[in-house]
Amino acid sequence: MSQPSCPLPIEGDRVTLAHGAGAGASARLFEELLWPQLANPALGARHDGAVLEAGGARLAFTTDTFVVRPLEFPGGDIGSLAVHGTLNDLAMCGARPLALSCALVLEEGLPLSTLSRVIGSLAGAARAAGVPVATGDTKVVERGKGDGIYVNTAAVGLVPQGRALRPDRVRAGDVVLISGPLGAHGAAVLSVREGIAFESEIRSDSSHLGDLVEVMLEVAPELHCLRDPTRGGLGAALHEIAAAAGCEIEVEEDAIPVDEPVRAACELLGLDPLFLASEGRCAAFVPEADAERLLAALREHPLGRGAARIGRVADGAPRVVLRTGMGARRLLLLPAGEPLPRIC
Amino acid sequence: MRFVDEYRDPRLARALADAILRRATRHWTIMEVCGGQTHSILAHALDALLEERVSLLHGPGCPVCVTPLETLDRALALVERGATLCSFGDMLRVPGSRRDLLGARACGGDVRIVYSPLDAARLASEQPERTVVFLAVGFETTAPAVAAAARWALERGLANFFLLVSHVRVPPALEAIAAAPDTRVEAFLAAGHVCTVMGTAEYEPIARRHRLPIVATGFEPVDILEGVALAVAQLEAGEARVEIQYQRAVRPDGNPAARALVEEVFEVVDRPWRGIGVVPGGGLALRARYAALDALRAFPELAEQAPRESAACRAGDVLRGAIRPPACPAYGRSCTPEHPLGAPMVSSEGACAAYWHYRAAEVTA
Repeated sequence: MSQPSCPLPIEGDRVTLAHGAGAGASARLFEELLWPQLANPALGARHDGAVLEAGGARLAFTTDTFVVRPLEFPGGDIGSLAVHGTLNDLAMCGARPLALSCALVLEEGLPLSTLSRVIGSLAGAARAAGVPVATGDTKVVERGKGDGIYVNTAAVGLVPQGRALRPDRVRAGDVVLISGPLGAHGAAVLSVREGIAFESEIRSDSSHLGDLVEVMLEVAPELHCLRDPTRGGLGAALHEIAAAAGCEIEVEEDAIPVDEPVRAACELLGLDPLFLASEGRCAAFVPEADAERLLAALREHPLGRGAARIGRVADGAPRVVLRTGMGARRLLLLPAGEPLPRIC
Repeated sequence: MRFVDEYRDPRLARALADAILRRATRHWTIMEVCGGQTHSILAHALDALLEERVSLLHGPGCPVCVTPLETLDRALALVERGATLCSFGDMLRVPGSRRDLLGARACGGDVRIVYSPLDAARLASEQPERTVVFLAVGFETTAPAVAAAARWALERGLANFFLLVSHVRVPPALEAIAAAPDTRVEAFLAAGHVCTVMGTAEYEPIARRHRLPIVATGFEPVDILEGVALAVAQLEAGEARVEIQYQRAVRPDGNPAARALVEEVFEVVDRPWRGIGVVPGGGLALRARYAALDALRAFPELAEQAPRESAACRAGDVLRGAIRPPACPAYGRSCTPEHPLGAPMVSSEGACAAYWHYRAAEVTA
């Protein structure tokens, strides 16, 4: 057996998977290492994308890298996901997309047929959204140095006049809505990754939310903030919003929609659906006066049929409170690292 | 979801709690054995519902928590030697003497989470150039799956698959807790899933010898409250029997096929439990026929470990039910889920993690 070299002690001086899991360690990596060296007002908004003033226009700009394994999963693949994820970040800023970029890191030995399928799916998703892939790059790394395909996409878009979707606009009294059942993407990927077959196939919810957001802004122009609960799930998203808004967010456990197969998969695997990724859902923070109208509009849209009112923003320390089915109130804490399956 | 939702019905739970309070004529102290039950109790605040009449003590039923530090250090040593170490996810963040398995992975070690020991055996079969070790921890619940993997590997003559075994048995630990001179336990809620495999016969002598009701109990709020109700009814009537609350899963003779498999592969041995000490008959080890799979035999140099426990951590007292987690001076100060000193703070069945998640951060309505 060969020995991996690692000087000891190593406590805390290396990147671990927890740094990418979207919860506490990810936030600390940003606040303690990235932010101090990169600080600027656009990044400081801590939104899904940056909004920049340029030539009298407001430009939204965002980027995301996709490393999902396996590359293809029920309901999508890394290609369509790379388009949906990045365009959704623009949508969360209220921006209309102009163009996408696509940078590929390919591993030596990847079958061209796989690459062709993934790119076909990426192109299809971009076409469906009406957004061209305007620029790109391809790199190949040695076998074993990558995981088949990594995709980075970036996108620019325009924020129409009068729109201001930002975490710091969230205030006490706002109602929290969610556009549909949570966690299907995370559960779909896990079910194929772990080779666990469920009675009913769980399909990823990966989809582009641009049209849904346009509808939402039409019926509720006073919408304060949108956030898509991707890595780290709704739990991490609510924590980020609570911190940025300086408010308490209280959600009702029983009101949070989770499809039965996803709930069952979570029970089986020992995971919490509140921390599983969705790739076609968004949480909306909206004044009470607009909440019911917005909920009704969401439910009429194909991507918002399972929308629900899940909670409310209150005055108080920035934290997330969960009201459980048994009536207890407890803090919803971020998991310490990647969710780990339990022993029994 | 069937078999879950009806056992989380708040109205039924409240009615059961009220019935327990009416039935109890004095205060009783009951230990729930399994960490899964502890988490359920704290998540749903069942202890608060019952506190007027019943104190719930949290037992040692967290397999990750009682796995000796020495075993974890051996697993880490194997990773450092280049072995592929497979384990259940819970084990990865448990602090060893120097670091945890996730840390070893960040340093280039090959540490993998599997859902089944058979997955590890299959990996060894598919990649004969690898040395694959499964860290076999857990109670009687996981022992049959490990036994199945052992048999599978032996039948195929795998030369690159090994088991680092630290399996533990629940009844001897209950015997030790019941026999302790300072014990406060007046009844046990036994761990339902362990009884699903092993049945309830092993608990009969403990109930008789120590005059303690023992109720094999499930994990949802309604299960636990029903288990407490059965235990309180026995206590009030002066009885001390073994009873089954978790009837949808437990038969008195358990799962005979699983028991036979465990019996074929493992023998009962004395085993140190982390934080508790050597429990006579408290562990399972591979029988001689399966010795070729024993990682300790294949890598005898692993025996040399000098485990170093944190001086501040009082996990042992927590596991015996002697103190509740917040009474530990390290709890919430030097010991948190992100920087744990002891296993109960990281495991999804650990009592310290349960308090941290559901109680330390408790908010007033």
